[in-house]
Amino acid sequence: MKLIISSVSGKPIYEQIKDQIRAAVLSGELAAGEALPSLRKLAKELRVSVLTVTRAYNELADEGIVENIQGKGTFVMSRGNELMRRRARQRIRRIFDETCTAAKAADIPLLDLMTMLEESYKDRP
Amino acid sequence: MTTTLPTALSVTGATKRYDSGFTLEDVTFDLPAGYIMGLIGPNGAGKSTLIKLILNMIRRDAGRISVLGMDAVADEETVKERIGVVFDTSCFVETWTVGKVERVMRPMYRAWDGRAFDGYLARFGLERGRKVKELSRGMQMKLMLAVALSHDARLLILDEPTSGLDVLARDELMDILAAYIEDGEHSVIFSTHITADLERAADFITYITHGTLYFTGPKDEFEESFRVVKGGPDLPDRLPDGAVVGVHRYATGFDALVRTENLPHLPADEVVVEPASIDDIIRLTNTGRTAAGEV
Repeated sequence: MKLIISSVSGKPIYEQIKDQIRAAVLSGELAAGEALPSLRKLAKELRVSVLTVTRAYNELADEGIVENIQGKGTFVMSRGNELMRRRARQRIRRIFDETCTAAKAADIPLLDLMTMLEESYKDRP
Repeated sequence: MTTTLPTALSVTGATKRYDSGFTLEDVTFDLPAGYIMGLIGPNGAGKSTLIKLILNMIRRDAGRISVLGMDAVADEETVKERIGVVFDTSCFVETWTVGKVERVMRPMYRAWDGRAFDGYLARFGLERGRKVKELSRGMQMKLMLAVALSHDARLLILDEPTSGLDVLARDELMDILAAYIEDGEHSVIFSTHITADLERAADFITYITHGTLYFTGPKDEFEESFRVVKGGPDLPDRLPDGAVVGVHRYATGFDALVRTENLPHLPADEVVVEPASIDDIIRLTNTGRTAAGEV
Protein backbone atom coordinates (compact mmCIF):
# COMPACT_ATOMS: atom_id res chain seq x y z
CA MET A 1 0.00 0.00 0.00
CA LYS A 2 1.20 3.48 -0.84
CA LEU A 3 0.86 6.25 1.77
CA ILE A 4 1.96 9.79 1.09
CA ILE A 5 1.86 12.55 3.68
CA SER A 6 1.78 16.18 2.61
CA SER A 7 2.83 18.78 5.13
CA VAL A 8 1.41 21.71 3.16
CA SER A 9 -2.01 20.42 2.18
CA GLY A 10 -3.57 21.92 5.30
CA LYS A 11 -5.37 18.64 5.90
CA PRO A 12 -4.50 17.09 9.27
CA ILE A 13 -2.07 14.18 8.97
CA TYR A 14 -4.39 11.66 10.63
CA GLU A 15 -7.02 12.47 8.00
CA GLN A 16 -4.55 12.01 5.18
CA ILE A 17 -3.65 8.56 6.54
CA LYS A 18 -7.32 7.72 7.05
CA ASP A 19 -8.41 8.83 3.57
CA GLN A 20 -5.66 6.89 1.82
CA ILE A 21 -6.27 3.67 3.75
CA ARG A 22 -10.03 3.98 3.24
CA ALA A 23 -9.49 4.47 -0.50
CA ALA A 24 -7.18 1.43 -0.63
CA VAL A 25 -9.81 -0.71 1.12
CA LEU A 26 -12.71 0.52 -1.00
CA SER A 27 -10.78 0.00 -4.24
CA GLY A 28 -9.93 -3.55 -3.19
CA GLU A 29 -6.19 -2.86 -3.10
CA LEU A 30 -6.29 -3.99 0.52
CA ALA A 31 -8.21 -7.24 0.84
CA ALA A 32 -10.51 -8.23 3.68
CA GLY A 33 -8.59 -9.86 6.51
CA GLU A 34 -5.31 -8.25 5.50
CA ALA A 35 -3.32 -6.72 8.38
CA LEU A 36 -2.44 -3.03 8.39
CA PRO A 37 1.14 -2.23 9.41
CA SER A 38 1.53 -2.03 13.20
CA LEU A 39 0.69 1.52 14.18
CA ARG A 40 3.99 2.09 15.95
CA LYS A 41 5.90 0.84 12.95
CA LEU A 42 3.88 2.99 10.58
CA ALA A 43 4.40 6.07 12.79
CA LYS A 44 8.14 5.49 12.66
CA GLU A 45 8.15 4.96 8.89
CA LEU A 46 5.96 7.97 8.11
CA ARG A 47 7.81 10.13 10.67
CA VAL A 48 4.66 11.13 12.46
CA SER A 49 3.65 10.66 16.07
CA VAL A 50 2.19 7.40 17.38
CA LEU A 51 -0.98 9.15 18.51
CA THR A 52 -1.55 10.50 15.00
CA VAL A 53 -1.61 6.99 13.52
CA THR A 54 -3.63 5.71 16.50
CA ARG A 55 -6.29 8.30 15.78
CA ALA A 56 -6.42 7.39 12.07
CA TYR A 57 -6.75 3.66 12.88
CA ASN A 58 -9.39 4.26 15.56
CA GLU A 59 -11.52 6.41 13.28
CA LEU A 60 -11.23 3.84 10.48
CA ALA A 61 -12.39 1.19 12.95
CA ASP A 62 -15.31 3.44 13.85
CA GLU A 63 -16.25 3.64 10.17
CA GLY A 64 -16.19 -0.15 9.89
CA ILE A 65 -13.27 -0.10 7.44
CA VAL A 66 -10.87 -1.91 9.76
CA GLU A 67 -11.08 -3.77 13.02
CA ASN A 68 -8.71 -3.51 15.99
CA ILE A 69 -8.08 -6.88 17.58
CA GLN A 70 -6.54 -6.54 21.01
CA GLY A 71 -2.98 -7.81 21.05
CA LYS A 72 -3.06 -8.85 17.39
CA GLY A 73 -3.28 -5.72 15.34
CA THR A 74 -5.54 -3.96 12.89
CA PHE A 75 -7.25 -5.83 10.06
CA VAL A 76 -9.22 -4.85 6.98
CA MET A 77 -12.91 -5.71 7.28
CA SER A 78 -14.93 -7.18 4.47
CA ARG A 79 -16.34 -4.56 2.15
CA GLY A 80 -19.97 -3.77 2.46
CA ASN A 81 -20.35 -4.86 6.08
CA GLU A 82 -23.28 -3.35 7.97
CA LEU A 83 -21.28 -0.77 9.94
CA MET A 84 -19.36 0.36 6.86
CA ARG A 85 -22.61 0.78 4.95
CA ARG A 86 -24.23 2.78 7.74
CA ARG A 87 -21.21 5.06 8.08
CA ALA A 88 -21.03 5.53 4.31
CA ARG A 89 -24.68 6.65 4.32
CA GLN A 90 -23.95 9.14 7.07
CA ARG A 91 -20.97 10.48 5.18
CA ILE A 92 -22.97 10.82 1.96
CA ARG A 93 -25.76 12.61 3.81
CA ARG A 94 -23.28 15.18 5.07
CA ILE A 95 -22.00 15.73 1.53
CA PHE A 96 -25.62 16.06 0.32
CA ASP A 97 -26.30 18.68 2.98
CA GLU A 98 -23.42 20.73 1.68
CA THR A 99 -24.44 20.16 -1.93
CA CYS A 100 -28.02 21.24 -1.28
CA THR A 101 -26.92 24.36 0.58
CA ALA A 102 -24.75 25.32 -2.39
CA ALA A 103 -27.54 24.48 -4.86
CA LYS A 104 -30.09 26.61 -2.98
CA ALA A 105 -27.64 29.50 -2.75
CA ALA A 106 -27.25 29.33 -6.53
CA ASP A 107 -31.01 28.90 -7.16
CA ILE A 108 -30.59 25.51 -8.78
CA PRO A 109 -33.91 23.64 -8.65
CA LEU A 110 -34.12 20.12 -7.23
CA LEU A 111 -34.84 18.56 -10.61
CA ASP A 112 -31.66 20.02 -12.14
CA LEU A 113 -29.70 18.92 -9.12
CA MET A 114 -31.00 15.38 -9.53
CA THR A 115 -30.00 15.37 -13.19
CA MET A 116 -26.53 16.52 -12.22
CA LEU A 117 -26.33 13.76 -9.64
CA GLU A 118 -27.48 11.17 -12.15
CA GLU A 119 -24.86 12.26 -14.69
CA SER A 120 -22.13 12.20 -12.11
CA TYR A 121 -23.22 8.75 -10.90
CA LYS A 122 -23.36 7.28 -14.40
CA ASP A 123 -19.97 8.74 -15.33
CA ARG A 124 -18.34 6.37 -12.85
CA PRO A 125 -17.66 2.70 -13.49
CA MET B 1 -2.89 -1.56 23.18
CA THR B 2 -0.42 -1.77 26.05
CA THR B 3 -2.69 -1.50 29.02
CA THR B 4 -0.84 -2.56 32.14
CA LEU B 5 2.43 -0.67 31.86
CA PRO B 6 3.08 1.87 34.60
CA THR B 7 2.97 5.54 33.76
CA ALA B 8 6.44 6.51 32.57
CA LEU B 9 6.38 9.80 34.41
CA SER B 10 3.86 11.25 36.81
CA VAL B 11 4.28 14.77 38.17
CA THR B 12 1.78 15.95 40.78
CA GLY B 13 1.73 19.46 42.19
CA ALA B 14 5.45 19.97 41.64
CA THR B 15 6.51 23.30 43.11
CA LYS B 16 9.89 25.01 43.43
CA ARG B 17 10.42 28.47 44.89
CA TYR B 18 13.73 30.19 44.30
CA ASP B 19 15.05 33.02 46.49
CA SER B 20 15.33 35.09 43.31
CA GLY B 21 11.52 35.18 43.23
CA PHE B 22 11.01 32.70 40.39
CA THR B 23 8.49 30.01 41.24
CA LEU B 24 7.46 26.88 39.42
CA GLU B 25 3.98 26.47 40.79
CA ASP B 26 1.87 23.36 41.12
CA VAL B 27 2.72 21.54 37.89
CA THR B 28 0.80 18.30 37.27
CA PHE B 29 0.95 15.96 34.26
CA ASP B 30 1.38 12.31 33.27
CA LEU B 31 3.33 10.69 30.46
CA PRO B 32 2.00 7.22 29.60
CA ALA B 33 4.58 4.55 28.74
CA GLY B 34 5.34 4.22 25.05
CA TYR B 35 4.99 7.84 23.99
CA ILE B 36 6.99 11.00 23.35
CA MET B 37 6.18 14.23 25.17
CA GLY B 38 7.47 17.65 24.18
CA LEU B 39 8.03 20.15 26.98
CA ILE B 40 7.68 23.66 25.63
CA GLY B 41 7.58 27.26 26.80
CA PRO B 42 9.55 30.48 26.41
CA ASN B 43 12.98 30.99 28.00
CA GLY B 44 12.67 31.30 31.75
CA ALA B 45 9.27 29.58 31.84
CA GLY B 46 10.53 26.84 34.15
CA LYS B 47 11.27 23.92 31.78
CA SER B 48 14.77 23.31 33.08
CA THR B 49 13.60 23.72 36.68
CA LEU B 50 11.01 21.04 36.03
CA ILE B 51 13.59 18.70 34.50
CA LYS B 52 15.91 19.25 37.47
CA LEU B 53 13.05 18.41 39.81
CA ILE B 54 12.35 15.18 37.92
CA LEU B 55 16.04 14.27 38.15
CA ASN B 56 16.11 15.26 41.84
CA MET B 57 18.96 17.69 41.13
CA ILE B 58 17.19 20.37 43.18
CA ARG B 59 14.96 20.08 46.24
CA ARG B 60 11.28 20.48 45.59
CA ASP B 61 9.12 22.60 47.88
CA ALA B 62 5.96 20.63 47.28
CA GLY B 63 4.49 17.89 45.14
CA ARG B 64 5.31 14.34 44.17
CA ILE B 65 7.15 12.96 41.16
CA SER B 66 7.13 9.34 40.20
CA VAL B 67 9.37 7.92 37.46
CA LEU B 68 8.52 4.49 36.02
CA GLY B 69 6.35 3.86 39.06
CA MET B 70 9.12 4.76 41.54
CA ASP B 71 9.45 7.83 43.73
CA ALA B 72 11.96 10.29 42.25
CA VAL B 73 13.40 11.10 45.67
CA ALA B 74 13.03 7.94 47.78
CA ASP B 75 14.07 5.60 44.97
CA GLU B 76 16.56 7.96 43.36
CA GLU B 77 19.31 5.34 42.94
CA THR B 78 17.08 2.85 41.12
CA VAL B 79 15.42 5.58 39.08
CA LYS B 80 18.79 6.84 37.82
CA GLU B 81 19.67 3.38 36.50
CA ARG B 82 16.48 3.20 34.50
CA ILE B 83 16.58 6.63 32.86
CA GLY B 84 18.84 8.16 30.23
CA VAL B 85 19.59 11.88 30.32
CA VAL B 86 20.83 14.28 27.67
CA PHE B 87 21.51 17.92 28.51
CA ASP B 88 21.90 20.83 26.13
CA THR B 89 25.62 21.03 26.91
CA SER B 90 28.04 18.17 27.44
CA CYS B 91 28.19 16.90 31.00
CA PHE B 92 31.53 15.12 30.50
CA VAL B 93 34.97 16.47 31.42
CA GLU B 94 36.35 18.17 28.32
CA THR B 95 39.74 16.46 28.40
CA TRP B 96 38.24 12.96 28.58
CA THR B 97 38.35 10.84 25.48
CA VAL B 98 35.27 9.02 24.24
CA GLY B 99 36.82 5.79 25.56
CA LYS B 100 37.33 7.36 28.99
CA VAL B 101 33.69 8.45 29.04
CA GLU B 102 32.71 4.80 28.76
CA ARG B 103 35.18 3.72 31.47
CA VAL B 104 33.70 6.33 33.83
CA MET B 105 30.05 5.65 32.98
CA ARG B 106 30.13 1.85 32.80
CA PRO B 107 30.38 1.21 36.58
CA MET B 108 27.47 3.52 37.26
CA TYR B 109 25.00 1.19 35.58
CA ARG B 110 24.42 -2.46 36.39
CA ALA B 111 22.82 -2.94 32.97
CA TRP B 112 25.64 -1.31 30.99
CA ASP B 113 25.75 -2.81 27.50
CA GLY B 114 29.19 -2.32 25.96
CA ARG B 115 28.13 -3.78 22.62
CA ALA B 116 25.22 -1.38 22.34
CA PHE B 117 27.57 1.50 23.16
CA ASP B 118 30.04 0.33 20.49
CA GLY B 119 27.16 0.12 18.05
CA TYR B 120 26.14 3.70 18.72
CA LEU B 121 29.75 4.94 18.47
CA ALA B 122 30.00 3.32 15.05
CA ARG B 123 26.62 4.61 13.96
CA PHE B 124 27.39 8.16 15.09
CA GLY B 125 30.98 8.11 13.78
CA LEU B 126 32.43 8.73 17.26
CA GLU B 127 36.05 7.61 17.67
CA ARG B 128 37.22 6.33 21.04
CA GLY B 129 40.45 8.34 20.91
CA ARG B 130 38.73 11.69 20.39
CA LYS B 131 38.58 14.14 23.29
CA VAL B 132 35.23 15.57 24.31
CA LYS B 133 36.41 19.13 23.64
CA GLU B 134 37.33 18.21 20.05
CA LEU B 135 33.77 17.14 19.29
CA SER B 136 31.25 19.41 17.65
CA ARG B 137 28.07 20.34 19.51
CA GLY B 138 26.16 17.70 17.58
CA MET B 139 28.74 15.00 18.28
CA GLN B 140 28.74 15.85 22.01
CA MET B 141 24.97 15.41 22.03
CA LYS B 142 25.35 12.06 20.26
CA LEU B 143 27.92 10.95 22.83
CA MET B 144 25.48 11.73 25.66
CA LEU B 145 22.77 9.96 23.70
CA ALA B 146 24.99 6.89 23.21
CA VAL B 147 25.46 6.71 26.99
CA ALA B 148 21.75 7.31 27.59
CA LEU B 149 20.82 4.45 25.23
CA SER B 150 23.39 1.91 26.42
CA HIS B 151 22.09 0.94 29.86
CA ASP B 152 18.57 -0.29 29.16
CA ALA B 153 16.91 2.99 30.14
CA ARG B 154 13.12 2.97 29.97
CA LEU B 155 12.70 6.73 29.97
CA LEU B 156 14.81 9.32 28.18
CA ILE B 157 14.85 12.85 29.57
CA LEU B 158 16.33 15.31 27.10
CA ASP B 159 16.85 18.99 27.88
CA GLU B 160 16.94 20.90 24.59
CA PRO B 161 18.79 18.13 22.76
CA THR B 162 18.33 19.74 19.35
CA SER B 163 19.42 23.30 20.12
CA GLY B 164 22.35 24.26 17.93
CA LEU B 165 22.07 21.15 15.77
CA ASP B 166 21.74 21.22 12.02
CA VAL B 167 18.74 19.72 10.27
CA LEU B 168 20.48 16.38 9.59
CA ALA B 169 21.47 15.82 13.20
CA ARG B 170 17.99 16.80 14.40
CA ASP B 171 16.38 14.48 11.93
CA GLU B 172 18.64 11.63 12.98
CA LEU B 173 17.79 12.23 16.65
CA MET B 174 14.06 12.15 15.88
CA ASP B 175 14.55 8.87 13.98
CA ILE B 176 16.34 7.40 17.00
CA LEU B 177 13.58 8.53 19.37
CA ALA B 178 10.85 7.10 17.13
CA ALA B 179 12.67 3.74 17.01
CA TYR B 180 13.27 3.88 20.78
CA ILE B 181 9.55 4.06 21.62
CA GLU B 182 8.43 1.66 18.89
CA ASP B 183 8.02 -1.32 21.25
CA GLY B 184 5.59 0.64 23.41
CA GLU B 185 7.65 0.19 26.56
CA HIS B 186 10.06 3.09 26.24
CA SER B 187 9.16 6.74 26.66
CA VAL B 188 10.71 10.14 26.03
CA ILE B 189 10.24 13.62 27.43
CA PHE B 190 12.22 16.38 25.77
CA SER B 191 12.23 20.14 26.08
CA THR B 192 12.72 22.15 22.92
CA HIS B 193 12.38 25.50 21.21
CA ILE B 194 12.34 23.91 17.78
CA THR B 195 8.70 23.20 17.20
CA ALA B 196 9.36 21.40 13.91
CA ASP B 197 10.72 18.54 16.04
CA LEU B 198 7.44 18.42 17.95
CA GLU B 199 5.29 18.51 14.83
CA ARG B 200 7.00 15.37 13.74
CA ALA B 201 7.63 13.32 16.83
CA ALA B 202 5.65 14.41 19.86
CA ASP B 203 2.48 12.58 20.93
CA PHE B 204 1.89 14.83 23.92
CA ILE B 205 2.65 18.45 24.68
CA THR B 206 3.23 20.01 28.07
CA TYR B 207 3.34 23.77 27.83
CA ILE B 208 4.69 25.84 30.71
CA THR B 209 4.73 29.60 30.82
CA HIS B 210 5.55 32.00 33.68
CA GLY B 211 6.22 29.07 35.99
CA THR B 212 2.75 27.55 35.62
CA LEU B 213 1.26 24.79 33.53
CA TYR B 214 -0.75 26.14 30.62
CA PHE B 215 -1.62 22.90 28.84
CA THR B 216 -0.84 19.21 28.97
CA GLY B 217 -2.37 16.61 26.65
CA PRO B 218 -2.26 15.19 23.12
CA LYS B 219 -0.56 17.44 20.59
CA ASP B 220 -3.54 17.39 18.20
CA GLU B 221 -5.82 18.56 20.97
CA PHE B 222 -3.40 21.39 21.80
CA GLU B 223 -3.36 22.69 18.23
CA GLU B 224 -7.08 22.19 17.70
CA SER B 225 -7.93 24.10 20.89
CA PHE B 226 -6.90 27.36 19.26
CA ARG B 227 -7.44 29.38 16.11
CA VAL B 228 -5.66 32.46 14.87
CA VAL B 229 -8.00 35.29 13.84
CA LYS B 230 -6.54 38.03 11.66
CA GLY B 231 -8.18 41.26 10.66
CA GLY B 232 -8.11 45.06 10.49
CA PRO B 233 -6.89 47.30 13.32
CA ASP B 234 -10.31 48.09 14.84
CA LEU B 235 -11.51 44.50 15.08
CA PRO B 236 -9.98 43.17 18.30
CA ASP B 237 -12.25 45.42 20.34
CA ARG B 238 -15.28 43.81 18.69
CA LEU B 239 -14.24 40.29 19.66
CA PRO B 240 -16.28 39.11 22.67
CA ASP B 241 -14.77 39.54 26.15
CA GLY B 242 -12.79 36.52 27.24
CA ALA B 243 -12.64 35.01 23.74
CA VAL B 244 -9.17 36.36 23.03
CA VAL B 245 -6.31 34.58 24.73
CA GLY B 246 -3.61 36.80 23.27
CA VAL B 247 -3.30 39.44 20.61
CA HIS B 248 -0.54 41.01 18.57
CA ARG B 249 -1.46 44.41 17.14
CA TYR B 250 0.36 46.18 14.35
CA ALA B 251 -0.33 49.32 12.32
CA THR B 252 -2.57 47.71 9.72
CA GLY B 253 -4.16 44.87 11.62
CA PHE B 254 -3.91 42.22 14.33
CA ASP B 255 -3.42 38.51 15.00
CA ALA B 256 -5.48 37.16 17.87
CA LEU B 257 -5.35 33.73 19.46
CA VAL B 258 -8.85 32.52 20.23
CA ARG B 259 -10.00 29.33 21.92
CA THR B 260 -11.81 27.28 19.27
CA GLU B 261 -14.86 26.80 21.51
CA ASN B 262 -15.19 30.60 21.88
CA LEU B 263 -14.67 31.38 18.22
CA PRO B 264 -17.17 34.14 17.47
CA HIS B 265 -19.08 34.33 14.19
CA LEU B 266 -17.39 37.04 12.23
CA PRO B 267 -17.99 38.17 8.68
CA ALA B 268 -15.64 36.23 6.40
CA ASP B 269 -14.80 39.32 4.36
CA GLU B 270 -13.45 41.08 7.44
CA VAL B 271 -11.36 38.39 9.09
CA VAL B 272 -9.22 35.39 8.26
CA VAL B 273 -9.43 32.40 10.59
CA GLU B 274 -6.50 30.01 10.45
CA PRO B 275 -5.37 26.90 12.33
CA ALA B 276 -2.89 27.76 15.09
CA SER B 277 0.62 26.31 14.97
CA ILE B 278 2.52 25.52 18.17
CA ASP B 279 4.64 28.61 17.49
CA ASP B 280 1.52 30.79 17.15
CA ILE B 281 0.22 29.52 20.48
CA ILE B 282 3.48 30.18 22.34
CA ARG B 283 3.94 33.57 20.70
CA LEU B 284 0.41 34.84 21.28
CA THR B 285 -0.10 33.46 24.77
CA ASN B 286 2.97 35.41 25.79
CA THR B 287 2.14 38.75 24.18
CA GLY B 288 -1.48 38.63 25.29
CA ARG B 289 -0.81 39.28 28.93
CA THR B 290 0.51 42.76 28.37
CA ALA B 291 -1.28 43.70 25.16
CA ALA B 292 -4.72 42.66 26.32
CA GLY B 293 -4.11 44.18 29.72
CA GLU B 294 -4.64 40.95 31.65
CA VAL B 295 -2.71 39.97 34.80
